[in-house]
Amino acid sequence: MQNLHPRDRFISNFSKFEAGLNGESKSPFHELRKKAISKFEELDFPTTKNEDWKYTNIAPILAHEFNPAAGAALTKKDIEPYLVPNLKVNLLVFINGKFRSSLSHIYKQRDGVVIESLAKMLKTNPELVLKYMGRYSGLDNGFAALNTAFADDGAVVYVPDDSTVDNYIHIMNLLGSAGENALAQPRNLIVAGRNSKLKIIESYHSISELENLTNVVNEVVLGENSDVEIYRLQHENMSSFQVNKTQAYQQKGSTYTHYSVTLGGSIVRNDTNTVLDAENCTGNLFGLYLTEGRQHVDNHTFIDHAKPHCQSNEMYKGVLDGKSRGVFNGKVFVRVDAQKTNAYQSNKAILLTSDAMIDTKPQLEIYADDVKCSHGAAIGQLDDEAVFYLRSRGIGEEHAKRVLIRAFANDIFETLTSDELHEHLNHLVFEKLK
Amino acid sequence: MLTVKDLFVKVEDKEILKGINLQVNAGEVHAIMGPNGSGKSTLANVIAGKEGYEVTSGEITLDGKDIFEMLPEERAREGVFLAFQYPVEIPGVSNASFLKTAVNEIRKHKGLEELDAMHFLKFMKEKMKMVGIDDKLINRPVNHGFSGGEKKRNEIFQLQMLQPKLAVLDETDSGLDIDALKIVSHGVNLFRNKDNAVVVVTHYQRLLNYIVPDFVHVLVDGRIVKSGGKELALELEDKGYDWVTNNQTEEAAV
Repeated sequence: MQNLHPRDRFISNFSKFEAGLNGESKSPFHELRKKAISKFEELDFPTTKNEDWKYTNIAPILAHEFNPAAGAALTKKDIEPYLVPNLKVNLLVFINGKFRSSLSHIYKQRDGVVIESLAKMLKTNPELVLKYMGRYSGLDNGFAALNTAFADDGAVVYVPDDSTVDNYIHIMNLLGSAGENALAQPRNLIVAGRNSKLKIIESYHSISELENLTNVVNEVVLGENSDVEIYRLQHENMSSFQVNKTQAYQQKGSTYTHYSVTLGGSIVRNDTNTVLDAENCTGNLFGLYLTEGRQHVDNHTFIDHAKPHCQSNEMYKGVLDGKSRGVFNGKVFVRVDAQKTNAYQSNKAILLTSDAMIDTKPQLEIYADDVKCSHGAAIGQLDDEAVFYLRSRGIGEEHAKRVLIRAFANDIFETLTSDELHEHLNHLVFEKLK
Repeated sequence: MLTVKDLFVKVEDKEILKGINLQVNAGEVHAIMGPNGSGKSTLANVIAGKEGYEVTSGEITLDGKDIFEMLPEERAREGVFLAFQYPVEIPGVSNASFLKTAVNEIRKHKGLEELDAMHFLKFMKEKMKMVGIDDKLINRPVNHGFSGGEKKRNEIFQLQMLQPKLAVLDETDSGLDIDALKIVSHGVNLFRNKDNAVVVVTHYQRLLNYIVPDFVHVLVDGRIVKSGGKELALELEDKGYDWVTNNQTEEAAV
């Protein structure tokens, strides 16, 4: 086994996985998986020769042999540290990729609202899943194909037209298993109907100190005039890996706001994409990554302006310490039809040491002629003048620097509407920057 | 209180200050006047401890303590305050929380108990009223998006909050209209007492109509070429800096 090529290892695991599915292997959903595994076989894992993966070498990930781990025995008390204090949420807990109903809690919802695990939905309502899943996020790289091939659990959130979910939905992912490198491949589907509203927290944590791998795909479908907010918090141990693809698809007048906060992880790769496929859509992508040691965080974003009169705002910020490395690749695509597009992109990073590094690549491709697009990247050190100003008022140098870094980072949360979440994220940033 | 002795300072190998001597006692206001490039701001920055200046010889003491032995924050805690010519904008840090941190760092240094939120607020409100600064500026990030006048007023507000021994005002009058100048001067005059001292660095005499100095020193090309009482400022205004420089050349020629 050890000598198998990583790709072949996963393909061999697929046969075992398939055998364990019993009757479900005859289901239409399984056809999707089969298509995905052959796509994976063809694509293999990306290498740095692939333009989209140029700055992120995944060899250190594949050096480990990951196993779909058994569920750990956790109590409600054990998961408390991963909750947002004082925030009322519908909670979906996944341990090693499997839904754990005994730790989850869903408030009574309006008629037609679905907040469920994918595993259950595949048994009770596979039609709903099949109507959306795999239609928005393609099998465009090895990881996405692999996720689809092994898709068997995750969160399914469906809000019918003219409805809403009152509280946040917290999708909590805990990963870790004693003595082995754990693997989870959650597959989440979020569908917001016409005029609906939805707020989601997607968080990732480790329950072991080992190198674990999360390979997740989210599909987010926004109906007309819907409003969806997603807060992704990556807070795993410093040796874990995460590959996260979050693909949104926006219909007329919808507003999509995605926050990405990356604090933990050894190698983290995010593909955060949205297609504005009708008029008057707004897409907001905000990100913050704080890295230290040898952490490597790669944020790829893709905002696809397909139709006119839409706007997008993007702001990513990073603070890089130690020998850590960041990658920001922000693609904004304005198609011929997308007149009157208003697109704004900004990427700022502070390098705290001379060994920290960032590769930043704003990528604007504009094929329409009547548009407003701007982008800016600012990479630098802390402002010496500002440090001196604080010191000249009696604040020590280290303290002054911390104040300035925190201010730089927390700025990204300015537009956050929930005080509880705002405070929690501020607190996590504070702890990380200590 | 402040003693500057034979101070020589270089910036990037260029000698800027060439032997400054200055004695400032408690209760006094000293004005340092001089043309652009004479070294006024260098002197102010060296007192506050800004980087980028090389002191090649001489000393500065504050109440007998060598300030070159102290970091900028230690000087501030010992009672040195520099009102910046160009106050720095700090997005993301509110004026109020910044000042609370600063006030408490200084109190800690003095062995005083830190102010809690309630007591700090009360103290701050008092000072806000005194300086005539409104709530909006207090809750905004430090100097962020402030007008020139607002920034200078904020410096004086900080002066009132921190109550240093020695206030060095670097071109505090620059960019101020007459109303703002009056407000800022009023704040400084309220600060003055027999136990503290003020050094006003300025190009123009105008500010000295409102902050009346006890002593005026004229700094030209890194040297104090003339010292006198407040009337010296008026004379300078009248005759221009050429008068002192020419005068000095003549004296030297004699």
